[in-house]
Amino acid sequence: MIEVDRLTKRYGNLKAVDEVSFQVEKGEILGFLGPNGAGKTTTMRILTCFLPATEGTARVAGYDVFEDAMEVKRRIGYLPEHPPLYDEMTVDGYLKFVARIKGVAPEDRKRRLQEVKETVRIEGYGRKLIKHLSKGFKQRVGLAQALIHDPEVLILDEPTVGLDPNQIKEVRELIKSLSGNHTIILSTHILPEVSMTCQRVVIISDGKIVAVDTPENLTRQQQGAAHIYMEASGSDVAVQRHLQQIEGVLSVVSRPLGEGEVSSFRIETELKQDVRGRIARSVIEGGFELLEFRSLQLSLEEVFTQLTTQEEVRSQ
Amino acid sequence: MRNLLAVIEKEMKVYFASPVAYGVLTVFLLVSGYFFYNILTVFIQRSMMMAVQAQQFGGATPAMDVPALVERNFFGIVSTIVLFMVPMITMATFADEKRRATIELLLTSPLTHVQLILGKFLAAMGFFAVMLLPTLVYHAFLYFYSSPKMALGPVLSGYLGLLLLGAALISLGIFISTLTESQMVAASVTFGALLILWVIDLSAQAAGPLVQEILGYVSILNHFDDFSKGVIDSSSLTVYLSFVFLGLFLTYRSIESWRWRT
Repeated sequence: MIEVDRLTKRYGNLKAVDEVSFQVEKGEILGFLGPNGAGKTTTMRILTCFLPATEGTARVAGYDVFEDAMEVKRRIGYLPEHPPLYDEMTVDGYLKFVARIKGVAPEDRKRRLQEVKETVRIEGYGRKLIKHLSKGFKQRVGLAQALIHDPEVLILDEPTVGLDPNQIKEVRELIKSLSGNHTIILSTHILPEVSMTCQRVVIISDGKIVAVDTPENLTRQQQGAAHIYMEASGSDVAVQRHLQQIEGVLSVVSRPLGEGEVSSFRIETELKQDVRGRIARSVIEGGFELLEFRSLQLSLEEVFTQLTTQEEVRSQ
Repeated sequence: MRNLLAVIEKEMKVYFASPVAYGVLTVFLLVSGYFFYNILTVFIQRSMMMAVQAQQFGGATPAMDVPALVERNFFGIVSTIVLFMVPMITMATFADEKRRATIELLLTSPLTHVQLILGKFLAAMGFFAVMLLPTLVYHAFLYFYSSPKMALGPVLSGYLGLLLLGAALISLGIFISTLTESQMVAASVTFGALLILWVIDLSAQAAGPLVQEILGYVSILNHFDDFSKGVIDSSSLTVYLSFVFLGLFLTYRSIESWRWRT
């Protein structure tokens, strides 16, 4: 549905977006993850035909964003970082205006207006002036605006920024419910958002893509080794020595927990074989009491930090 | 066409939701009404004095076309007041869309730049026409109380001139509004630019003959005089229309180049 090929945007000597390539399949939700200023907004603005790219191409639904901008614009719903609202208009007045300039046929306008208001749950607010709405409701009107012409592609720039936790949850659920019928790109710098809503993640840093994968694969790949967290009672030195003799264990870090003889252990094991069962059995057979045992996954947060800082080291 | 109407309608809504609009309408009516009253009393007094003098010293009462003089002076004054009003009408057109980021909505919608610019221009013209509308009452008064009935031609050509002058100034104001995100900056720069256009006429008189001719041609207020006298000169028409075209063309280019820079 969306094909981006070596897209570059230069401001003088600064490359805001540097040879970015990725694809989004129909019905997919793609997360665009990166620190502030990484080039997320710029990429999205190029895709929505707001900005021209310096080099490279981008196609939306088979149309080039530069050559066939009108066709692309007809197929994209875009929610910019700041919802583009006219404070002095009513919700209905505003949405009707957007429906008109987005090319919704006159006979469909009333129906679409009703539908999007139901989708984003702002029925009953139609006659309110936008300036009297709370931030969460403004964001919903922004989403309604992006949905009004039932676009194939939705591009949402930080859709949950500035909302309270309940509103964030609602917006995420809303976005999830929209996938399937719509192809969605959403940008964020909040990591849990990506693992909660997106099927695939593009991590971007300093204008470059540093990783493209599913949230699960990203956390797994970056690890290189599997990690296990364990709590057991017994002398920590003895347990550690015991653990290190088990085949497949690479290293053990122990730390006394200060409750009698209980210690915690962080065990690094080889990725290719699952040694969890062997470790658990061996600990009990060794005469120690096993109190807690779980495998650790790097959080997306850690992956993100690793990827973006590696990038810095490399560029230095 | 559908898009154009949508933009015009939205612009009108935004205009009349803003207190600035009512301020502009009120101030314009107060000031133009005051000047109309003043001009009228001055010429009536003058004609009466001339009549009295003619009686005292004998001889015929000199013919004085009071309505025509009032009209000409009134249109002259209004064309100056318009200079102060246009910056307020155009300042928000693009600057405010940029400030509230609604320009992103407009430029990512299937609207052409031409539809957008023309829509904003026509809406500003609509507002300008609404502003002029109540002043028709003044001429109606003059018409009903004049005897013999005054000629209506100069009134019509005067309004045509005002609309053309307004169109030229508005297109310039819209262009300036694309250059900034601040309405205030847009308004002050527009006002400055209009003042320069206004005094170009005066500086022309001090310059050499060739420069004088060129500057006189450029000075858009200069061309307005014809209209207030009831003369519709094709060269004046051409000057105004090319001015409008130039202003809108610059607006178009400015938005294009802004897209490349943003």
